Amino acid sequence: MRQVVIVGAGPAGLAAARAARGAGADVVLLDSSDALGGQFWRHLPESRPSQHEKRLHHGWDRFRELRDSLEADPRVRIVRGGQVWAIETFAGVAVHVVVGESDGALRDREVFAPDALVLATGAHDRTLPFPGWDLPGVFTGGAAQALAKGERIAVGQRVIVAGAGPFLLPVAQSLASTGSTVLAVLEANSAGSIIRGWSRRPWELIPASGKGMELVGYAAGQLRHRIPYRTGRAVVAAHGTDRVESVTVAALNADWSPIPGSEQRVEVDAVCVSHGFTPRLELAVAAGCDLSGEGFVVVDDDQLTSTPGVYAAGEITGIGGVDLAIAEGEIAGRHAGGALGGAASARRRRRVFTGFAKRIEAAHGIKPGWTGWLTEPTIVCRCEEVTCGAIRQAARTTRSESLRSLKLTTRAGLGICQGRMCGRTVEDLLGAASTEGSLQDDASPHRRPIAFPLRLGELADPTRQLEHETSKGTQ
Amino acid sequence: MGARAVPAGEDPIRPDAAGTVTIRVDGLEVSGIDGQSIAGVLMASDRLELRRTARGDRPRGVFCGIGVCFDCIVEVNGVHDVRACQRRAHDGDTVITTGDGARRSGAVS
Ligand SMILES: Cc1cc2nc3c(=O)[nH]c(=O)nc-3n(C[C@H](O)[C@H](O)[C@H](O)COP(=O)(O)OP(=O)(O)OC[C@H]3O[C@@H](n4cnc5c(N)ncnc54)[C@H](O)[C@@H]3O)c2cc1C
Ligand code: FES
Repeated sequence: MRQVVIVGAGPAGLAAARAARGAGADVVLLDSSDALGGQFWRHLPESRPSQHEKRLHHGWDRFRELRDSLEADPRVRIVRGGQVWAIETFAGVAVHVVVGESDGALRDREVFAPDALVLATGAHDRTLPFPGWDLPGVFTGGAAQALAKGERIAVGQRVIVAGAGPFLLPVAQSLASTGSTVLAVLEANSAGSIIRGWSRRPWELIPASGKGMELVGYAAGQLRHRIPYRTGRAVVAAHGTDRVESVTVAALNADWSPIPGSEQRVEVDAVCVSHGFTPRLELAVAAGCDLSGEGFVVVDDDQLTSTPGVYAAGEITGIGGVDLAIAEGEIAGRHAGGALGGAASARRRRRVFTGFAKRIEAAHGIKPGWTGWLTEPTIVCRCEEVTCGAIRQAARTTRSESLRSLKLTTRAGLGICQGRMCGRTVEDLLGAASTEGSLQDDASPHRRPIAFPLRLGELADPTRQLEHETSKGTQ
Repeated sequence: MGARAVPAGEDPIRPDAAGTVTIRVDGLEVSGIDGQSIAGVLMASDRLELRRTARGDRPRGVFCGIGVCFDCIVEVNGVHDVRACQRRAHDGDTVITTGDGARRSGAVS
């Protein structure tokens, strides 16, 4: 029987699992989390039932239906707590997994050799650095969201949400649902740029009106909670001794450079900052999949990557939100499962929501003037505590334009997060410091032979390798 | 004032009664709700600092909340580098937040 392994149980991976089963294949669905749903449908654990959890979610019924049907299907194996740490493509695809409690020392190793692999590993927030962004109490928007939805924790009582993109709205909404006072949502782009991005050829948005309604819903929520939405403004510094006590808010020019003299100090006990999303590419890169110039996995009309047998769906192929992730997952799962053609409805939805994603990028993309809020002592690489000054200095003195040599000189990007937080920022800073303004790179920042930190003991212990039939054609 | 758990009585989702867990953090007992992460248990009592960095001795807490930044690493039951935002708290867990776990790491990367 044909076997499909799917990595990531967010909207894209869940849709792919259903579609691969629809095509008749057996499915293994892996996620490092112990819950299904990914980022969008992050929810309370079973030990915390409630009457109206649905109120925290969009499309909750759809999620429950998808989850329940996959859980009930004997030909779907769901591996919770399954962290994929390497992918090899020497002779067919091999997927290496450790299974067990997150970062535990006693996890079991498993290897899968499926007929087809679907990567649906999603994205995480991209947060640009600013002075004080490493203080406790400064969170990504996603963190506030995850803690609100997954734990019912309010990250603060007086909170500013700042950055760029429509994601700031659900973050503010979630905070309000936890009883936090959201002082303001600050969007760095100007109102003009947002209106131009959203309203160009507005008829194109009509088929995406479900998404439009969701955003209108958020906007209505903001009005109800009286949350001011201000454009052309940013949090440019956070202050405090052991935790954030206040932030500096500045007005920005169209290129995001702060307007001198516009700074205002605001007392807060938390700030949530997100400037968009970065795809989680390490597995796709390990599988040898080609990336686009913008840094996403390149796929064909069937969501097939450049590596035979490896499909990709969801945010790793482009940031487009939940509906696009689901449409792509349906197409990827169907083809990975062995079907040919079809999936007309998913293809249509994919087209509509791709257009929607382009508008978001046009309206809310990062502008280069943000480096104007950095100071020399601003930490850029959080893990290795490398400052902006050190990076600029290294770029000047070594005339280095390669990411690899800059990393080795400064250690930026070599810490335990493996460059996930600062990789793109270091690239941008180096690009700005280099003469041509472009980075000559001999090493992808996403290349991590071991995609996730592992304990040596786990690798070395022979008793933890599960012997079971996973090779091609045996299941 | 700062971080806190939404009080059950005020929560619009109307939670049912939930069990508790008790863990020991730097020698002191802390109680939380069954199913919470270690970070969640600590944040519910407005504790944000989870470690200090090796070089600058700077405080760090939860940043990404989804397991990618590794800012929240603590020691749990003698094992270093456990992401507090990802690990669910179990009764009797012993958590140590002092020191920079990443420094003593046995992790390969
Ligand atoms: C914290 C956060 C909160 C968000 N909240 C919202 C929201 O409220 N509204 C909204 O419109 N959009 C939200 N987004 C945007 C979100 O990315 C998309 O809407 C949607 O979740 C994308 O679906 P996906 O299936 O592509 O990826 P995801 O939902 O991100 O799912 C990817 C899954 O892959 C798993 N994974 C990744 N790497 C590995 C590995 N190596 N091994 C095993 N498993 C792995 C992850 O654990 C995750 O569950 C959020 C994003 C983030 C980062
Ligand atoms: S807060 Fe980022 S890994 Fe836990």
